[in-house]
Amino acid sequence: MTFLTTFDYGRVSQLPDGRVRREYTVIALDREVEVASGVKFPAWTFNGFVPGPTLRCSEGDLIKVHFLNESSMPHTMHFHGFHPANMDGVFEIVPPGSRFLYEFTAEPFGIHLYHCHVMPLKKHIHKGLYGTFIIDPPQPRPKAKEMVMVLNGFDTDFDNENEFYTVNGVANFFVEHPIEVRQDEPLRIYLANLTEFDLLNSIHTHATFFKFYRTGTRLDQYEYTDTVMLCQGERGIMEYSYKFPGMFMFHAHQSEFAELGWMGFFKVVPAEGKA
Amino acid sequence: MNRIEEGVTHIAPRGTPNRMRLVVFALLPLFLLGAMIYLFLSSETLLLGPSPVPPEALQRLTFERMAFYPGRIVAWVRNTGPGPVQIAQVLVNDAIWGFTVTPSPDLNRLVRATITIPYEWVEGEPHEVALITDAGIVFTEEVEVTTMTPVPGWRYFSLFALLGVYVGVIPVFLGLLWFPFLAAVRTQWMEGLMSFTVGLLAFLGLDALKEAFEATEKVGPIFKGEALIALGLFGTFLGLMALGQRGKGEREGASPSGLRLAYLIALGIGLHNLGEGLSIGAAYQLGEVALGAFLVLGFTIHNTTEGLAIISPILRSAPARYHFLFMGVVAGAPTIVGTWIGGLTYSVPLSVLFLAIGAGAIFQVIYEVVRFQARGKPVLQMLAIPHNLVGLLAGYLVMYLTGFLVAV
Repeated sequence: MTFLTTFDYGRVSQLPDGRVRREYTVIALDREVEVASGVKFPAWTFNGFVPGPTLRCSEGDLIKVHFLNESSMPHTMHFHGFHPANMDGVFEIVPPGSRFLYEFTAEPFGIHLYHCHVMPLKKHIHKGLYGTFIIDPPQPRPKAKEMVMVLNGFDTDFDNENEFYTVNGVANFFVEHPIEVRQDEPLRIYLANLTEFDLLNSIHTHATFFKFYRTGTRLDQYEYTDTVMLCQGERGIMEYSYKFPGMFMFHAHQSEFAELGWMGFFKVVPAEGKA
Repeated sequence: MNRIEEGVTHIAPRGTPNRMRLVVFALLPLFLLGAMIYLFLSSETLLLGPSPVPPEALQRLTFERMAFYPGRIVAWVRNTGPGPVQIAQVLVNDAIWGFTVTPSPDLNRLVRATITIPYEWVEGEPHEVALITDAGIVFTEEVEVTTMTPVPGWRYFSLFALLGVYVGVIPVFLGLLWFPFLAAVRTQWMEGLMSFTVGLLAFLGLDALKEAFEATEKVGPIFKGEALIALGLFGTFLGLMALGQRGKGEREGASPSGLRLAYLIALGIGLHNLGEGLSIGAAYQLGEVALGAFLVLGFTIHNTTEGLAIISPILRSAPARYHFLFMGVVAGAPTIVGTWIGGLTYSVPLSVLFLAIGAGAIFQVIYEVVRFQARGKPVLQMLAIPHNLVGLLAGYLVMYLTGFLVAV
């Protein structure tokens, strides 16, 4: 799964005043996605996948998102962050077959979200219309291996309860495909919770502790822990590394979610020069 | 009369060319039906347009059986929906679990699969197995009190046989032992006793029907449990009647003799006890045997009255001893067969059919007993005679009350 380490920086150009302009194209599509081995889910997607693309920029950039609705239902894109009222994606509903241009300046820096805001909201979100929106600080964060993890669930039989819980859309994906990292390598995970129906989701990393920057809006304030919980829409940035090589699990610390697909492994390979 | 005969000659005249015509007329509707089906399927008619409902929304899996063995759970599941289904994921107590399916996770209509799940289940606790299909539809089955499933083998074979003897054979013989006592009582009492028997049987018949209808909920709708019940019920009723009439010949169309009737009752009760054995065996297998001892005791008391039913028509004759032995075996032994079928190889559609057969047999017996008693007079009039009415209601109530002992 390339989603984990893929960031869409948009088509970059320079404005006359020296600012950076980034243009993105996001298309709403009805797609069947495989949410667990063999289980298909008739999803509503941004660009054909659940979660939608991870849009990334820097604070102060001019953002232009060309939103095309090629699905069968009316949708919008509602971004978290500062923007004018008519760019909020609540009242300007985009019917099937039409388009909308979202234009605003990216602020504040941190990890944010975008999602459809058409009613019934619960339906439009659990069907898959969400993604993360990362605004880097003017002074970039230290170099690290960066990943994005969107925590979500899928209600495959539409009874308003999730059958599967996943990271980035496929149950148990990182059990079957452990994430390979190096011992002592600095890691940064952009973490967001978009689980519908359940009040909370959480993450726990085995055999390590991380700095957790809630919403990523402050560079000097963090929590030092190995378990955090997030309400729907809450997010943050994890920074850490592994002290020992080996296979280390990470999972929701709600055992129920863990055993319904929200589980994975980091495969930590020994650092060069270490046994 | 003449006119009718004329008509008959007109429709079925003799001679070869007309016979040909007859064949043509016999086949014509079939030919036209075939042609219509061909046209319907070959042309893209409006009737055959794409279904408004996506086929995966109609997926259906029916659990037929669950078994718990050391370190593993086995589920037998049938695709009872209109289209193919793929079993994609298996959950045990709300956790994704590894599993194997034979012959294949892809199930066509009516195909059955065996799902084996390695799982350290906990004795006495509830376990829920959920199957998630390729379309994300969830089908669940829960066993409330989990116990080890008997493995077909000598030990269980003999255990179930013993169970059948306790529940079916012994009580029937105990009932038969009342013969010398009842043979000595006055006619009125004897008549009352026969009505008592009718009351007992009426309860048993209704009970078997209820069980059959309950079991239909476990078969997929595709098997049309109600149709199976009608088949078993009426098929058995009419079949037994035909059997009774054949032996009797055309002779005066009277009711059967006392001994014949006693055998008929024994046969009817035997068929009913087969169904009873099925439910005991199945209960044992489904882990509901926590109630097992009680169930066995209840059925034993309940079934003692069945012996009474058998001897009631022969109280005024003195049949040879061996008849009692035979009748006891005919009525009681099917219980053993029932527990074997129910306990070792459980099939839900088959058990629905067996229960309906049992009910049909019982109702047929009631019919015969009542005719025997009425001796050509109106049946309702006969039943309204005070000692008969009291007997009837008493028989029904005894069954109703001893039924509390087997209520699960």
